[in-house]
Amino acid sequence: MSSLILRTACRFVFPLLVLFSVFLLVRGHNEPGGGFAGGLVASAAFALVVIAYGPAAARKSLRVRPSTLIGTGLLTAAGSGMPALFRGEPFMTGQWRTLELPASGPVALGSPLLFDVGVYLVVFGVVLNIVLSFAEED
Amino acid sequence: MLFAVLSGFVLALFAPWIYRRAPRGAAWILALLPLGLTLYFLGFAGTVAGGEVLRSSRPWAPSLGVSLSFSLDGLALLFALLIGGIGTAVVVYSGGYLEGHPHAGRFHAYTLAFMASMLGVVLSDNLLLLFVFWELTSVSSYLLIGFDHEREKARKAALQALLVTGGGGLALLAGFLLLGEAGGSLEISEISGRGDVVRGSPLYLPILALVLIGAFTKSAQFPFHFWLPNAMEAPTPASAYLHAATMVKAGIYLLARLSPVLGNDPAWQIPVTAVGALTMLAGAWIALQQTYFKLLLAWSTVSALGALTMMLGLGTGPAAAAAVLFLPAHAFYKGSLFLVAGAVDHAAGERDVTRISGLGRTMPVTAAAAMAAAASMAGLPPLLGFLAKEGLLGGALSAPAAAPALLGAVALAGAAYVAIAGIAGVRPFIGPASGTNAETREAPVTLWLGPSLLALLGVLGGLLPGAAAPLLSAAASAILGAEHDVRPALWHGFDSLLLLSAAAVAGGIGIYAARNRLRSLRSRWGRLGRSGPSSWYDAGMEGLILLARGQTRLLQSGSLRTYLIIVVGAMLALAGHALVRGGPRLAAPLSGARFYELCLALLVLVAAAATVRSRSRLAAVASLGAVGYGIALIFILRGAPDLAMTQFIVETVTVVLFVLALHHLPQFSRLSTRGAQARDAIVSLLAGGLMTVFVLAAAGARHLPSISGYFAEASVPMARGRNIVNVILVDFRGLDTLGEITVLAVAGIGAWALLKLRLKREEKP
Repeated sequence: MSSLILRTACRFVFPLLVLFSVFLLVRGHNEPGGGFAGGLVASAAFALVVIAYGPAAARKSLRVRPSTLIGTGLLTAAGSGMPALFRGEPFMTGQWRTLELPASGPVALGSPLLFDVGVYLVVFGVVLNIVLSFAEED
Repeated sequence: MLFAVLSGFVLALFAPWIYRRAPRGAAWILALLPLGLTLYFLGFAGTVAGGEVLRSSRPWAPSLGVSLSFSLDGLALLFALLIGGIGTAVVVYSGGYLEGHPHAGRFHAYTLAFMASMLGVVLSDNLLLLFVFWELTSVSSYLLIGFDHEREKARKAALQALLVTGGGGLALLAGFLLLGEAGGSLEISEISGRGDVVRGSPLYLPILALVLIGAFTKSAQFPFHFWLPNAMEAPTPASAYLHAATMVKAGIYLLARLSPVLGNDPAWQIPVTAVGALTMLAGAWIALQQTYFKLLLAWSTVSALGALTMMLGLGTGPAAAAAVLFLPAHAFYKGSLFLVAGAVDHAAGERDVTRISGLGRTMPVTAAAAMAAAASMAGLPPLLGFLAKEGLLGGALSAPAAAPALLGAVALAGAAYVAIAGIAGVRPFIGPASGTNAETREAPVTLWLGPSLLALLGVLGGLLPGAAAPLLSAAASAILGAEHDVRPALWHGFDSLLLLSAAAVAGGIGIYAARNRLRSLRSRWGRLGRSGPSSWYDAGMEGLILLARGQTRLLQSGSLRTYLIIVVGAMLALAGHALVRGGPRLAAPLSGARFYELCLALLVLVAAAATVRSRSRLAAVASLGAVGYGIALIFILRGAPDLAMTQFIVETVTVVLFVLALHHLPQFSRLSTRGAQARDAIVSLLAGGLMTVFVLAAAGARHLPSISGYFAEASVPMARGRNIVNVILVDFRGLDTLGEITVLAVAGIGAWALLKLRLKREEKP
């Protein structure tokens, strides 16, 4: 599918979609969003590249293999539960630190966010893996 | 004690690395651990023999009543010393036996892991902890038996041992759980005092049956004995360690350990004694028909295990004394003879004992060890075996019933042991040299050190019978649950036991002389060993495979439609059954629905109908998308933005996937018959109807207060998030999500693999 319109649109929409997916991920703890939705949007962004430019281009712009994303995601999610163990609390007890940033005031960072990053990566990797496999069947 | 047990596992991890670094010295270095453990346990001998019980306990899973508790009493110490001591000999021996073998390091690792598991079994004071180690011995012995994994026979024997002992292990687990229920605790030391309670409980008979199955499978009692001779596929050091000295005695240990709780009742005494006696006689008889060195020893081990079981079944003071005396005696002579068998095989390359003779001239040290061990096996004075045999006869005599028959059985088995000792331990080493070649020479020190030391222990044990008496007394007391003094002595005076013992030796010499005639006389009993329970096992395995094949063909036909019908049908049957039984109260379906919501619902219905009726794939995909978007809109209207957003994105990605897949598919056509369509329609309508009723029933049946209020309140203070849905996903129920994304990853990889597989197949044609 080498449509000029689609390709041009893709150039503008793709970065927006990726940004939006990260936005969904980060805001998820307080507003609608989260790792699952974020990961789906990210994979949709890459699916757009697959349709506009073909799977090879999508793989190239991703740089890592989708299966690496899946593995990293699982490790991140499982690992986010570990810090609690070092404090003698049950696995996956949320750990929070507040950072004082000069620009935006205090920002709360916690292990649940890390867990959500893991979910994001797994969903992203799984969907993209299937999309790429389908597209590469030609 | 926890660290003593774990050290073996830790060293096992490093064993291959150590072997790679120092292939020659590795065995000596690794043997330091079992040696150190033996000395460590020996250090407790005085305290334990004095009747003290050492304990150490650490919580593990307190909510389940499982703790890392270990205890060291006389019985545990006796076993621990055997495990450590023979382990030392075996590790050194494997160094020589597997010299230059590319995977020798792995073998050392398995052996050490096995040793650690076995120590865990005998030291555990918690039933479930014991079970964990029990299974670990099965696993490590599986690895050891199948060490030569390139040979099919070794693989088969390993699997057989694993399945038989593992199946018994499952029974044991069930028995342990029931025992914990009946005894009120999983700690063995606590249950030990509550034997009366357990025996009086209605669960007593099920517990007994399950525990006995576990013990009998592990200790190769009839009718589960067949796996042990097959396990001789293992490298000889493993056979010596597992199948003569330690693992098969785990069942014996369990019987001994639980006899204060479960014993002292005819329901225990009769089956255990009978099975033991039967195994003892059958094993001895079959052993006499063998000519292969290791098989001969293996069957005689089955017999010895039978004798031990029989003694534990009797449960009298003399019988317990006999068990604790025969245990080390057998471990020493049988371990030694096994190692000798390996050394002979190594040096002369011959496994058939009838074809070897005169080895004593070329292998004097090995021959001396073999003969000393054989003398102990034959029960000749002044060796430990003599004391043990006297003990067994005394134990049989003390039987509350059927004493003459049992006495006769022990004497018969004793006579058979004399003959077996002659065939295996004496005959190959005397007379004119044959079956050897010019290159046959004495085995290296690694190969003769172990058997010599073990044989020497058999001699010393006989000469200094009093040395170990306090320890043996403590062990026998643990079996009986009451104080009992074991006083082994070479000279009891001239009594009937001595006469019987002498008669057994004389009879044994007779059997030895008639050994060739016995072998040609392949009686029905002989065949029992090969075609009896062993063939039941084979038939069972074949049946299992047939069953698996049949149900795979039935359930996994390869047709997607059949899969769907099976899955949906199963859901209908199970959930529908539960619904009907529960007598659901349905919520009113349309309460509070607004007009535009009803319009949306109608739109969804129309789109669903269009999907079904559509005559083009693209149209079907589009209308299915409409269904999804419609539902997502309802989510929004009903105040679930997270769900709606996810639904929107899922629908979008699904459409993308469809588009990618669409042009691979053939032209759309209706293939199914009217009947098939009607069937599919019925299944679909039923499933949809069930879901509808389910949702309404779920809304109508609120037995417990809703938890959403709690989540709403706790979300910010406990998890610092205002989006409750997300907080539940990543925090409150985070572990569930972790499980779900793991499933997602596995499913994703599976789908990817299927797609790749198809690609490859298409490339081939």
